[in-house]
Amino acid sequence: MLSNDPHVGSPRSRVDGPAKVTGRASYAAEFKATGLTHGYILSSAIPRGRIRAFDLAAALAVPGVLQIFTHENRPQTAWFASSYRDQVAPPGKPLRPLYDAEIQHSDQPIALVVASTFEAARDAASLIGVTYERAPHETDLERARHDSYEPPKKRSGIAPPPDPKGDATAAFGGAPIKVSAEYSLATEHHNPMELHGTTVVWESGGKITVHDKTQGTLNTQGYVTSVFGLSSDDVRVVSPFVGGGFGSALRPHHQLFLAVMASLVLERSVRVEMTRTQMFSHVHRPQTINTVAISADPDGHILSLQHNAVAATSRYEDYQENVVNWSGMLYHSEATQLGYELAKLDIPTPGDMRAPGAPTGLFALESAMDELAHATGIDPIELRLRNYTERDENDDKPLTSKELRACYAEGAARFGWSRRKMTPRSMRAGKELVGWGMASGVWEAMMMKSSARATLGRDGRLEIACAASDIGTGTYTILSQIGADALGLELDAVTVKLGDSSLPMAPIQGGSWTAASSGSAVTLTCRSLCETLLKHAKAVEGSPLTEAAIEDVAFNGGMIRLRREPDRAVSITDALAAAGLDQIEAEETASPGLIAPMRRASYTHSAVFAEVHVDEQLDIVRVTRVVSAIAAGRILNPKTARSQIIGGVVWGIGMALHEETMTDHRFGRFMNSNLGEYHVPVNADIDGIEVIFVEEHDDKVNPIGVKGLGEIGVVGTAAAIANAIHHATGKRIRSLPITVDKLLAA
Amino acid sequence: MTLRTLAPDDKIGITISLNGRPVQVEVDTATTLLDLLRNHLALTGTKKGCDHGQCGACTVLIDGERMNSCLKLAVMMDGREITTIEGLAEGDELHPMQRAFIERDAFQCGYCTPGQICSAVALVEEGHAHSREQIRELMSGNICRCGAYPNIVDAIEDVMAERRGQFREAAE
Repeated sequence: MLSNDPHVGSPRSRVDGPAKVTGRASYAAEFKATGLTHGYILSSAIPRGRIRAFDLAAALAVPGVLQIFTHENRPQTAWFASSYRDQVAPPGKPLRPLYDAEIQHSDQPIALVVASTFEAARDAASLIGVTYERAPHETDLERARHDSYEPPKKRSGIAPPPDPKGDATAAFGGAPIKVSAEYSLATEHHNPMELHGTTVVWESGGKITVHDKTQGTLNTQGYVTSVFGLSSDDVRVVSPFVGGGFGSALRPHHQLFLAVMASLVLERSVRVEMTRTQMFSHVHRPQTINTVAISADPDGHILSLQHNAVAATSRYEDYQENVVNWSGMLYHSEATQLGYELAKLDIPTPGDMRAPGAPTGLFALESAMDELAHATGIDPIELRLRNYTERDENDDKPLTSKELRACYAEGAARFGWSRRKMTPRSMRAGKELVGWGMASGVWEAMMMKSSARATLGRDGRLEIACAASDIGTGTYTILSQIGADALGLELDAVTVKLGDSSLPMAPIQGGSWTAASSGSAVTLTCRSLCETLLKHAKAVEGSPLTEAAIEDVAFNGGMIRLRREPDRAVSITDALAAAGLDQIEAEETASPGLIAPMRRASYTHSAVFAEVHVDEQLDIVRVTRVVSAIAAGRILNPKTARSQIIGGVVWGIGMALHEETMTDHRFGRFMNSNLGEYHVPVNADIDGIEVIFVEEHDDKVNPIGVKGLGEIGVVGTAAAIANAIHHATGKRIRSLPITVDKLLAA
Repeated sequence: MTLRTLAPDDKIGITISLNGRPVQVEVDTATTLLDLLRNHLALTGTKKGCDHGQCGACTVLIDGERMNSCLKLAVMMDGREITTIEGLAEGDELHPMQRAFIERDAFQCGYCTPGQICSAVALVEEGHAHSREQIRELMSGNICRCGAYPNIVDAIEDVMAERRGQFREAAE
């Protein structure tokens, strides 16, 4: 026997499953420490102004209260705002918690009560009196958009819109068929189920171990050392499980700062966990207004494409994401103009939220394409095929692969698209109108530098270690599969250690790049381990492998076998025993710069098909069916991959129908900062979701041919649903979420 | 009934049956069952997602019924029988619902999972759900932000089918 069934490419259950279903998996606010104290955050009641005075007397009198930290008594921390900048900070001056009396947004942290129990800290925080000096605020993007500006400093890693191509305005003016409209997206909050929390364990000798809710243990470590002037030897960040991130845990948040600060001052272990309402006091998807204008000839060929967006940001940072560039990637146009501006509001800085910018921009583009299909009488898929492009037209680069045509074809076949009647309001089921809509999706396939270590024991057990996080994406599982296949082991002979800043370097877990980055690192590391193992196997007395090169052998079932004569083999145990070793180790780094030439662009693509039923009298919308056809290169684990896409589709349904953080502009405060009033999809909202992975071979994108799956599932979904609602009702709603009131008023 | 005035840091003694074992504990009157489990008894399998009864992450079984433990004060639990996620497996033998959740990939980050599983176990016992639609409706008190809902319903259907099979076998 030469080959096991490979683990890579086969459906495998999550290796961290048993820990998660039994409650044994520990999240940031669950780590234990002797003498643990509890911090409770007090948040600002006003959006802008200054704190004039605190009245702490009643709070300090609560039994168990150890200290109350405010800007008046906080310890010295880094002076420069730049010391608070983390790996993914946008241009600007990050919020420095408790830095001074200035209030920059509602619910800004202004005090931390530390007590021996959580109950005492919470009680005391409610007794703090605060006198504010209010200043005029602005939280309304509709007003602030008139003062929009092009961000003077670009955010690293986010390409600004390309230079215009041709004269889009002139082409639009003279075109026979035009669509032009404004499409907007409400503010959304990530709301991972796990609250943002940090447990700082005060170790002997002044060292701290930080359990932080983070998508990047090294980012957290870098922030803490920079802000508090500590050495990286003194700060270890350990976060093996993360209860959902979706981008919300990319940047360090104020609970981390507050917990570390309190621990350093009190020389005790401290836990600080936000409340659900406080989860609305920081990162969110920015409210964005898109303007799209497309012109075409009567056959639907695009003559001009203009896409401009204005997005909200805070006063203190210029958060930027890619909203409009997608429009230059999906379709061919001779005249294209893309623009992206920001408008400042008195809000916390927005941030990356699952596929940052893409569903925002593609809701606009793909709604406009649907309007164009309607205007020309061309089937929406056919219209997209007529304008298909094989290049990234922004940079005029070829692509490493693009199987979007297959997504359209296979998705349409599975959905039954050919049975769609073109005219809106022409399909029904009983009292309900039925609508079928579709949209395309695109997301970047990226790879970052990552390292990994692999240790093989004489007992044939393999341990893989990497600082990367698994935020629920399945990283533990896919790295186990890659390691198991490389050494020919069973999955349960492999242990993966993640989420620890002391392990080999990995990027933050975001951008759908972890499988490509850390997966490549594990692949290279295991290759190197196999070479060492072969060297030792050759040295075994009477070894049949003395003349064998690495290509001549297979690693299988704990043995190193000659491929041509599989019976001639040396066991891992014998190889290491002969060398007098208990274990061998390898550590390698995979870098995109060395491997993937930057001459080509890489994207994942999708075609999303949605069916809605709309109650004709009440305008209540139900999404009854979604088919999401994905082209994302090689699929490492079809089981966890499918789940990733289903999750993305659920997010798209939330974006289309439910999610909206509402602001009362009179007070400059969010009105629905809780899970009862900020609606996310629940089980009853989610019906059939089918996922198709089309065949896409890509040997250029990275060493293992994967493109990432965390984001592509959400990208086109909201647009497909909006288009389905138009097909059902004849009503075009251009602002998300599409709630009953908007449909009734249309 | 005797009434007594409590000082702010006074505690009250309660006895509960926790995962089949009697537990005696002194609690602050402001302590919720959720915080008792997580902060005082080191049973962190029960999760805090909202502390307002809006998300279901803290679902436990109280006398066999599924309840949001964040909405229960610990002092009110005197004499009650409480089962948490840590009490479902028999040693290394996972509860059928736990096995079904793994098999159907009914979770991603795992944070809502203990609440989902406790809720699902009670749902099966309640016997009101007979279709996917009814399962979806009756599991809607448990939010999963990773969006594993279809897989959660699959897992519950598997356990229900397994149980029906066992009943049939027993009847035959």
